[in-house]
Amino acid sequence: MEDILPFLIGGLYAGGIYLILHRSFVKLIIGLIILGYASNLLLFTISRVTRGAPPLIPEEASQLTEPFADPLPQALILTAIVIGFGIQAFAIVLIKVGYQAGDTDDLDDLNTTDRLED
Amino acid sequence: MENELLIVLLIPLFAGILSIFSWKNTRLQKYIFIGGTTALLLAAINLLNSVIAHEVITLQSAGWGAPYGITMVADLLSTIMILLTSITAIAVAVFSLSDVDQSRLNFGFYPLMCFLLFSVCGAFLSGDVFNLYVWFEMMLISSFVLMALGNTKPQLEGAIKYVTLNIVSSAFFLAGTGILYGLTGTLNMADLALRLSAIPDQNLVTLAAIFFFIAFGVKAAIFPLFSWLPASYHTPPVTVSAFFAGILTKVGVYAFIRFFTMIFNHDSVFIDNLLLITAGTTMLVGVLGAAAQMEFRKILSFHIISQIGYMIMGLALNTKLALAGAVFYIMHHIIVKTNLFLVSGVVNRLKGSFQLKKLGGVYSKYPLLGILFVISAFSLAGFPPLSGFWAKFILIKAGLEVQDYLIVTVALVVGFLTLYSMTKIWNEVFWKKMTIEEESEKEISPVGLWSITPMVIPVVFLATITLAIGLFGEPVMKLAMMTAEQLQSPEIYINKVLGLNE
Repeated sequence: MEDILPFLIGGLYAGGIYLILHRSFVKLIIGLIILGYASNLLLFTISRVTRGAPPLIPEEASQLTEPFADPLPQALILTAIVIGFGIQAFAIVLIKVGYQAGDTDDLDDLNTTDRLED
Repeated sequence: MENELLIVLLIPLFAGILSIFSWKNTRLQKYIFIGGTTALLLAAINLLNSVIAHEVITLQSAGWGAPYGITMVADLLSTIMILLTSITAIAVAVFSLSDVDQSRLNFGFYPLMCFLLFSVCGAFLSGDVFNLYVWFEMMLISSFVLMALGNTKPQLEGAIKYVTLNIVSSAFFLAGTGILYGLTGTLNMADLALRLSAIPDQNLVTLAAIFFFIAFGVKAAIFPLFSWLPASYHTPPVTVSAFFAGILTKVGVYAFIRFFTMIFNHDSVFIDNLLLITAGTTMLVGVLGAAAQMEFRKILSFHIISQIGYMIMGLALNTKLALAGAVFYIMHHIIVKTNLFLVSGVVNRLKGSFQLKKLGGVYSKYPLLGILFVISAFSLAGFPPLSGFWAKFILIKAGLEVQDYLIVTVALVVGFLTLYSMTKIWNEVFWKKMTIEEESEKEISPVGLWSITPMVIPVVFLATITLAIGLFGEPVMKLAMMTAEQLQSPEIYINKVLGLNE
């Protein structure tokens, strides 16, 4: 599992960045979401993937015995997913309103705030 | 002691909750916000007093001792940042009374401002990397909504850029957090500082540092990650952009100083050089960008970028004097930059434009406003005896001490070019005569300066603080030196947080 996940993460990062570089609003938002997934998965993988060893202390012991799955990164990822979900929901609405206001879904048309005024 | 720290977080939180409960009553929300920011200012002064007395104050949340629980830490740097935030918030609160329109108020402008304040204070006090990430996200979501609130087309366009780049930076932040946890198994900043030095392969630590460099770089708007800032800061109402300009990028700078003086201070020539090069290029690119602009707030936005360069320069030189300079620069910059944005708002209210070409003759009509602008603008450019002069003077002296003449030259040139931009605004907006037909074209009836008192009071207030920092700089400098001393000896912070005694 630990051998496959890095490639998956790399693929997700690459795909996310590839989509962000597109000109379409919708691809931009999907790219951002995938980039978020990639970071979550990185956090998950980098803190050691352990199978079938819940971090429970047996009744007769006083502390955990190795190996055990570290619960902390999973709690962190859960938090990050929830936060990411909220921000993505906002971003989707923003892009929809932006699309309606500008009547375009081409990111290259979003250059009026950068333009030098004449 | 812990209560003084906690109250700083509770005041904006309760103000936010109260103003949500009075959703329909925007007048009451105004009182709550002004009351809340005043209370926050008092709480911040109180916290500063006890931090000066006790060096570092920690709060172990729910009684879980570090490094297992989430620790909130107030040292001098974070307390100074909170004090500056509350001063800015008070000025902005008064300014908002006559700046923000009713439709924005109906959609929760004040609750959002309260939660923004809450999350900014939390970010300054956090002693845990993942906790800092959560505060950053809270800050971002409040600022996203404030940026887009009002739904005008430029605002939405600016907001899309702002949101996109900040989400990317959050992904970097999270990835960096993951790497740190994988390396050390802890996310408490003090614990990290101890454990990272024991990692055999320091290249991995540098890798993690690069992730944080990019994440904070986007938030602080350093070169080449700044492009969201000039694209968005001139679009929302002046109240919002003044607060963003004063505080939000400085949260990034704060995170830079915190991480690169405490956590990543064991290596490395590479990081130091990277910081120094970024500082120089950020200064130059920012000031050159400003030279091309002809819009009041865009010029000021580009100057934020160039000023961030000075702060990073102080961090990169990493001597006691340089760090003190960076802290002094932050104090000076937050006040002055907020004030300049507020002045642009007053001018817009009086003359109906932000375009330099369409403005003119403000000085002859409103000499007081001209003087207030000059105080802030010349302080930004670094004229003695205003606050900006001392800030630049300290940094340049620190640069000369370590004999880094290149960065000193850049800093001096950028100071000169800043003067050019400020003179441009002065000439176009205040000095230039308005032609008669242009005058008559304006539909806006001439109003007296004092008919918009709520907008003028904060400008006078902040200009007075600028003058005070400049004329009575010694106590401020002493405070900055004490902060630098603390930053240079992170053992105090680490021992207090982890409860070690040596």
